[in-house]
Amino acid sequence: MLARLLIVVFLGAAGISHAEVGGDAENGERLFRQCSGCHQVGEGATDRIGPHLNNIFDRPAGAAEDFRYSSGFQRAASGGLVWTYDTLDDFIENPRRLVSNTRMSFRGLSDQKDRDDLLAYLRQFSASPGNIPEAAPTAVAVDHEVAPEVLAIIGDPAYGEYLSGECTSCHQPSGATEGIPSITNWPADDFVVVMHAYKEGVRAHPVMQMMAGRLSNEEIAALAAYFESIE
Amino acid sequence: MTFNRRTFLGSAAVTAGLLAAPMVRAQGKPRVVVIGGGAGGATAARYIAKDSQGAIDVTLVEPTRTYYTCFFSNLYLGGFRDMQSLGHSYGTLAAEYGINVVHDWAVGVDRDAKTVTLAGGSSLPYDRLILSPGIDFVDGAVEGWDLSSQNAMPHAYKGGSQTELLKAQIMAMPQGGTYAMVAPPNPYRCPPGPYERISMVAHTLKEVNPTAKILIADPKENFSKQPLFEEGWSDNYTGMIERIGPDFGGANVAVDPLAMTLSIDGDVNNVDVCNVIPAMKAGRIAEIAGITEGNWAPVNAADMSSKMDENIHVLGDAAAQGDMPKSGFSANSQAKVCANAVRGALTGSTVFPARFANTCWSLIDTNDGVKVGATYEATAEKIAKVDGFVSQTGESDDLRAATYQESIGWYDGIIADMFG
Ligand SMILES: Cc1cc2nc3c(=O)[nH]c(=O)nc-3n(C[C@H](O)[C@H](O)[C@H](O)COP(=O)(O)OP(=O)(O)OC[C@H]3O[C@@H](n4cnc5c(N)ncnc54)[C@H](O)[C@@H]3O)c2cc1C
Repeated sequence: MLARLLIVVFLGAAGISHAEVGGDAENGERLFRQCSGCHQVGEGATDRIGPHLNNIFDRPAGAAEDFRYSSGFQRAASGGLVWTYDTLDDFIENPRRLVSNTRMSFRGLSDQKDRDDLLAYLRQFSASPGNIPEAAPTAVAVDHEVAPEVLAIIGDPAYGEYLSGECTSCHQPSGATEGIPSITNWPADDFVVVMHAYKEGVRAHPVMQMMAGRLSNEEIAALAAYFESIE
Repeated sequence: MTFNRRTFLGSAAVTAGLLAAPMVRAQGKPRVVVIGGGAGGATAARYIAKDSQGAIDVTLVEPTRTYYTCFFSNLYLGGFRDMQSLGHSYGTLAAEYGINVVHDWAVGVDRDAKTVTLAGGSSLPYDRLILSPGIDFVDGAVEGWDLSSQNAMPHAYKGGSQTELLKAQIMAMPQGGTYAMVAPPNPYRCPPGPYERISMVAHTLKEVNPTAKILIADPKENFSKQPLFEEGWSDNYTGMIERIGPDFGGANVAVDPLAMTLSIDGDVNNVDVCNVIPAMKAGRIAEIAGITEGNWAPVNAADMSSKMDENIHVLGDAAAQGDMPKSGFSANSQAKVCANAVRGALTGSTVFPARFANTCWSLIDTNDGVKVGATYEATAEKIAKVDGFVSQTGESDDLRAATYQESIGWYDGIIADMFG
């Protein structure tokens, strides 16, 4: 009994403290001007070029009714992507890392503080506080970007060609995309970013998490070099 | 495809003509002979030819002109694919990759002289031999059944005509009739295969013969993706499927192909279709080559070379390699490791460390796909599993539909990887 009481008190405290350490919603509103060309949020918000963002927290990706999502988004959605603080944080940092071929042409917010502020603003428009994570993910600054020295590794295309045998059991070099996306002619940087996203479990697909999970930084660079090079 | 006399005689004349030219051209170059143009053999031949860019002379021996995949043959039974979409020819391997495709049976291997004898009488010299002959059935595995019974009680565990026969029998079942399956003991080709088949047969029967029953006699306690299949069967094919495991005599079966009966632990059942999938062993040519131990051919994981002969490699279902399931995906994965090693041995090209992977998709009902997969590495002793995953029960319809779409993509992907 006592133990349960303690936990409740503790959770309550964590919830409050998160609200306090969370971002600055006012600054978030200012930052949202970069988004408002395509997205609406707040009372009366509707889908525009992008879907409206009311109740975005805890909403499965690609779930705004009537909005026509890109195929990349549909794929991410069917893979079980749900918008939480963490996934939104990741997406805003670099959209293509989480969703390939998204039509959202936004280069991303690299500053953690800016992202916290923007999310603090957006979460005001989600039914709160129930569906907002009680734990404070922002208390620990997670660095989602691939480190520059990893991006700088120059891959060995010959090794990449050998390793690519693991990819071509499913991904067709011809670039066909039915059921399984094409990975031919991908810019090497994108390839590296995406493979690391699978490796860290940020992207949801179980096969890809498994395949990427055992690739070293050098091996990912080698594959990227190879797939960029083929016709 | 049965190993019968007519096939030998029919193919002999064609073979003699085909062989003459390549044999002359081959002189001086290292020679690789691949026996079996399936998931393992076609991939190995293609990768060696493609990557060596003409430096290695590759001959592929395969009796059939059209390879009908076993993978997705269950979808044909379920009405999701037609037979034509499962057939693939060797034309591109010959024309674009310069592979000598010889349509004949290999009937002998002389390991000292390093030659392969063909049914047509000619012999092929090799520096390296790759065997990927798939499976044959263990004699006497199911009481009352032998290969001569396969028209009455098809196995449909090799692609093409057997699968068509099974489908025709299913469609001809009387209303309320019984489809029976004798499931195989481990290890066998495609662990989820029999259970995906049950799902697909149930799907068809639900449409054309909804009062029909499905009876499975199974010698195994458990089977691949069991919770997923059982969930799907009870949700979608309620009351149709009965599985009798070893506790209730599922391992103690006998059939009578003339009377069309299946007895399970002494209980005689009259059945309308009896799909007998007997215990399996490596394709017979592996045994003829003298590289089997028990039913399978043991290999070294690093390069898929036979533990009995360093100049012979064994791929796919025929190999005893360790932890990988016998699947087309596995055979294709092993073939690429082998191709890299063989090329290195014959031309000095870089040999990269072995790495393997497998994923097997199964379809339970319309847009209801599931999958299981793992990665593997080579240890001194065997191919060892590194990491894996399996679909979960209770997944969303969207995820299941996406998994099915993915399997279609995989099918096209592996076919392109095998046949160019
Ligand atoms: C119903 C069913 C469903 C399946 N589903 C899947 C699936 O979804 N995914 C998956 O990955 N796997 C699946 N499989 C398994 C897959 O088909 C096999 O594991 C795969 O084909 C093995 O490849 P292989 O090269 O060892 O043999 P095969 O592909 O069978 O190729 C062997 C070839 O060798 C030839 N051959 C045999 N003997 C000789 C000889 N003496 N001389 C010359 N040629 C010879 C044969 O004609 C044949 O073409 C399924 C199997 C079945 C039966």
